[in-house]
Amino acid sequence: MADLSQTFDVLIAGGGNAALCAAITAREAGATVVLAEHAPKAMRGGNSRHTRNLRALHPGPTGVLTDSYLEEEYWDDLKRVTGGKTDEPLARMCIRASQHAPGFLEKCGVVFQPSLSGTLSLARTNAFFLGGGKALLNALYRTAERLGVVILYDTEVQHIEIKDGFATEAIVSHRGFPDRIRFKAFVASAGGFQANREWLRQYWGDAADNFQIRGTPYAQGRILKDMLASGVQEVGDPTQFHAVANDARAPMEDGGLAMRLDCVPFAVVVNSNVERFYDEGEDVWPKRYAIWGRLIAQQPGQVAFAINDSKAQNNYLPPVFAPYRADSIAELAGIIGLDAGKLEKVVADFNAAVRPGTFSAQTLDDCSTEGLTPPKSHWARRIDTPPYYCHPLRPGITFTFLSVKVNDRARVMMADGKPSANMFASGEIMSGNILGQGYLAGFGMTLGTTFGRIAGEEAAKLVRN
Amino acid sequence: MAAESETIAEARRQMEICNSCRYCESYCAVFPAMAMRRSFAEADLTHLANLCHGCKGCYHACQYAPPHAFGINIPATFADIRNETYAKHAWPAPMGAVFERSGTIVSLAASIGVALLLVLVVLIKDPAVLYAAHTGVGSFFRIIPMWLMTAIATLTFGFAIVAMIMGARSYLKATGGAGGDLGPKPAAEATFDILTLRNLGGGGHGCNDVDDSFSMRRRWLHQALMYGFLLCFAATTTGAIYHHVFGWKSPHAFLSLPVQFGTWGGVLMMIGAAGLAHVKIITDPGPVSRKVMGGEFAILGLLFLIAATGLLLLAVRHTGAMGLMLAIHLGLVFAFFLVMPYSKMVHGMYRGIALLRNAQEKRRLAATAA
Repeated sequence: MADLSQTFDVLIAGGGNAALCAAITAREAGATVVLAEHAPKAMRGGNSRHTRNLRALHPGPTGVLTDSYLEEEYWDDLKRVTGGKTDEPLARMCIRASQHAPGFLEKCGVVFQPSLSGTLSLARTNAFFLGGGKALLNALYRTAERLGVVILYDTEVQHIEIKDGFATEAIVSHRGFPDRIRFKAFVASAGGFQANREWLRQYWGDAADNFQIRGTPYAQGRILKDMLASGVQEVGDPTQFHAVANDARAPMEDGGLAMRLDCVPFAVVVNSNVERFYDEGEDVWPKRYAIWGRLIAQQPGQVAFAINDSKAQNNYLPPVFAPYRADSIAELAGIIGLDAGKLEKVVADFNAAVRPGTFSAQTLDDCSTEGLTPPKSHWARRIDTPPYYCHPLRPGITFTFLSVKVNDRARVMMADGKPSANMFASGEIMSGNILGQGYLAGFGMTLGTTFGRIAGEEAAKLVRN
Repeated sequence: MAAESETIAEARRQMEICNSCRYCESYCAVFPAMAMRRSFAEADLTHLANLCHGCKGCYHACQYAPPHAFGINIPATFADIRNETYAKHAWPAPMGAVFERSGTIVSLAASIGVALLLVLVVLIKDPAVLYAAHTGVGSFFRIIPMWLMTAIATLTFGFAIVAMIMGARSYLKATGGAGGDLGPKPAAEATFDILTLRNLGGGGHGCNDVDDSFSMRRRWLHQALMYGFLLCFAATTTGAIYHHVFGWKSPHAFLSLPVQFGTWGGVLMMIGAAGLAHVKIITDPGPVSRKVMGGEFAILGLLFLIAATGLLLLAVRHTGAMGLMLAIHLGLVFAFFLVMPYSKMVHGMYRGIALLRNAQEKRRLAATAA
């Protein structure tokens, strides 16, 4: 049993990649470190358990990353997905630091793999963890244990006592019993608040009840709320999050990656009013998958239906849930509860607008519609070969962007503009500093690794002085 | 067509989730083979299960492993399917039921084998023969006559071979024929995979033998057991050649080929069998099928005892203990032959077929894609 009566140098709230990178770095710098993970051991690691890769700058080919991916291109990608709603100096600092993220993780026992199938063609920009995020977590926990980080499972940090920007102790629930942990420096790596439906309802109303939470149910945002209530500066739009198109039949929590559907570019998508609402073929899926969660969240009933035919079935990864299937569009409409006449008209109008072209699933082909609103710019093929299929869609929320403000040394900023004396943050809990909106595949893990390392380093430096 | 088992239905449910996730694609041959499919008939699942080496990497890396509601546990589920495969294709068919109680049957056969041989020796020869010291050429045959030794060996081993070939035929038929043209390249790849146990390499860093840490322990121990077993087989074969071709009679000198093969083979087998049993005892029970454990421990125990009694026989062959030791050793060996087609030993054959089919399938797919 851990002795919680001692004063630790560093307390880390959270148990995902961002928390572990901070813990390992601080411990390696000589600090005594205690890490409080809310989840039990089997479900440890927050959203990192469901991740697969991180986006890393690299000037030339590495073991697993092909070609090169330099700062300007990375920055352009980030600027584009966020629509410029980001903090350029902080983002560029993170981008530059990402070059060393894979090396650091490898040193901690994480193994990378060459990307193969089902990886959204991200081999150039993203390094893939062999076995995925849980394997990464296993390696990081093992390293942290070996270094002597005290790891507490089933331990929720509920409140941080903060006076004038200085944190003194944490009130925790440790395996169901109230306790306190004293420390000299605090690192908040406890994720967003996406699993807290009550909190989501403040911004989204009843719609929040239809959001599927892709990741850990432990992301309740308790520390985020607590810190913001104790004079920590807030950053980020509370309605913004990273969200994808999930299968409507997925579990409401913890369904993870396999619930996502990649069928959108090879379908027409209608809402419950049987209206199309966005160009399904605007760009290649890796560049569009992250906007569809939000698009569906904004539809009536937070539901949408991707309709295609037998021609398209092999163009995307096999889904976990079999699509609804029928020999006519009208019959399909009946199965999914849409107005048959309307759906037949949507499909007929779409078919009439399809221009001839040469279909190519993997590239931006020339199959588009003409005179249709909204258009389908690529992969537009007539839906005319039964059986017809429907994948029902709902928004799958990965993490929220509302955050504690940090500076470039991962130090938490107070509402009065001054840096906190001894609080740091890394990972999703500070994602809103860089992600004003939108998402770039693999950036969450980059954020966690780079800021986790900085937070750990700074916290250790602070307690040594 | 018999109804599908619950295990098959469960494996299909799991594979459909895995095929949408694909995080494990770099661990072993199973996941690329899975990715070649969009649906999973019983034949596909049987093939994938027999391709699985039970390295457990996919379990410890799984975001959906228990206690997650999806409860993905490929190593345990596939181990159950393999056991069903062994039972289903056993020849003669009623013997398939043995796999339900493999541990008990293997242990029983071993003890009855030893007892029977001892009784036979006493019946055929003067019981005093058992305790007397025998030296010189042909001393083994003074305990058990050559005709008897040869007859039992031929019968039991011959039966094992026939039964296993019948099993392989049935398996091939049930999983979709021989799987295309049998070129030299797929055969070479499958042979390489078998000889190196490439799929127990976990993509280069080893497997989760005991827990979520990586090691090559199981791979090396299995190599020791497999090559030790093959060396012992080589010992018997060279011994037979010495006897029948050159007329050199046993016991052979310690530095002779049969004794050298047998000695080092026996040592390797003991290390492998004991080591694998040890790994089984200390490993995280999560990805382990409890159903098949009894049979696995029994066959490891039998292999260990065969090797140990063989080495003891070598040690005591000039003393009065030789007679008993020979009877015990041969009793175990003949029992092993007899139960071989109804034990974990058949995994080598089905795994070999699965590896070959996988090598063929990869090429067929590459050819279609090109």
